[in-house]
Amino acid sequence: MTILKELKRGVFLENPTFRLVLGMCPTLAVTTLAINGIGMGLATTAVLIGSNVVIAALKNIIPSQVRIPCYIVVISTFVTIISMLMEAYVYPLYEALGIFLPLIVVNCIILGRAEAYASKHSVGMSALDGLAIGLGFTLSLTVIGSIREILGAGSIFGYSLVGENVPMATIFSLPPGAFFTLGILMAVINAVTNKKNPRKKAAAKREA
Amino acid sequence: MGLVMIFFGAVFFNNFVFNRFLGICPFLGVSKRLDTSVGMGLAVAFVMTLASTLTWLLQKLLDLWHIGYMQTIVFILVIAALVQFVELFLQNVSPTLHKALGVYLPLITTNCAILGIAILNINLGYNLLEVVIHSLGASLGFTLALVMLAGIREKLELSDVPKAFAGVPLALITAGILAMAFSGFVL
Repeated sequence: MTILKELKRGVFLENPTFRLVLGMCPTLAVTTLAINGIGMGLATTAVLIGSNVVIAALKNIIPSQVRIPCYIVVISTFVTIISMLMEAYVYPLYEALGIFLPLIVVNCIILGRAEAYASKHSVGMSALDGLAIGLGFTLSLTVIGSIREILGAGSIFGYSLVGENVPMATIFSLPPGAFFTLGILMAVINAVTNKKNPRKKAAAKREA
Repeated sequence: MGLVMIFFGAVFFNNFVFNRFLGICPFLGVSKRLDTSVGMGLAVAFVMTLASTLTWLLQKLLDLWHIGYMQTIVFILVIAALVQFVELFLQNVSPTLHKALGVYLPLITTNCAILGIAILNINLGYNLLEVVIHSLGASLGFTLALVMLAGIREKLELSDVPKAFAGVPLALITAGILAMAFSGFVL
């Protein structure tokens, strides 16, 4: 029960990309293809679970004055491990993600979860939180990547959807397309959630 | 000639925000007002140039000891320490400058543009002079992007936009249009 609730919170209610607007750089940069989105999402999830577990386990040992440098060391250790593993086993993906793999260290989602969640909760709950938030991030990146791949390259996960000579909206594979896709998706999600809670909105209006 | 190309390349063709997608968080977060965006741009320029010089020198040491895999850990710790040090230094030496940049300095530690340029400089195989020029160009490009977006957002505040688009979505669309202009720079 709690597992489902936690997952729902991470994926929908506190979705790091669309709700909290965190981790924007990898979200925009690597989502030219759906597979890159999944790869980046899963790499971040692995780092997030690892760092959450270690930080939750060490929360009583780490002095609070130097907690941020300690968190950074833990996180960058996991990032180094993950990028070495990816270099060894999934080299094409490692190449495609490029500089954004070491930059997982400065992804504010991870330091944010360490500070806001793992430093106050048990090891098990922190692992679950890492999984939930990580899956939310992976889902958002995959959605953005799929849209950009379909519109920009006419394929999905590398499978071609249209004929060879069909002109595609190449702009969606280029940097401006990343901004447009994310901006419009965010607006759509805002519109849907606003419509879903008319009572809350009316209450807000009355207060204002 | 090479140095000139590196400088203008970093400002326009490979603009940090619009082309490399580095430093998007402060780009969206601090671009609501023109004066704060100028302050943030200056702070980033200062830290970026210092950090990339220092990390370039450290990389030489890492190579010497054959521990290249420690790059990420060493770089991020050096940057975090450097930001703290710069803050203390400014506080004692130039309180006016500290007042102007102070708020932005802590934010810079987790700014991926700083770690990004440190790693990029190593990957591109630049020498020390090229590293300094590249950092100056990159931070100027970042400031340019930030100031441009802030100028537009100040005007957008006053206009009537669909409710769902207000705030970040509209800033992203605006950034997309700016990025289209920047992708027009082709060598």
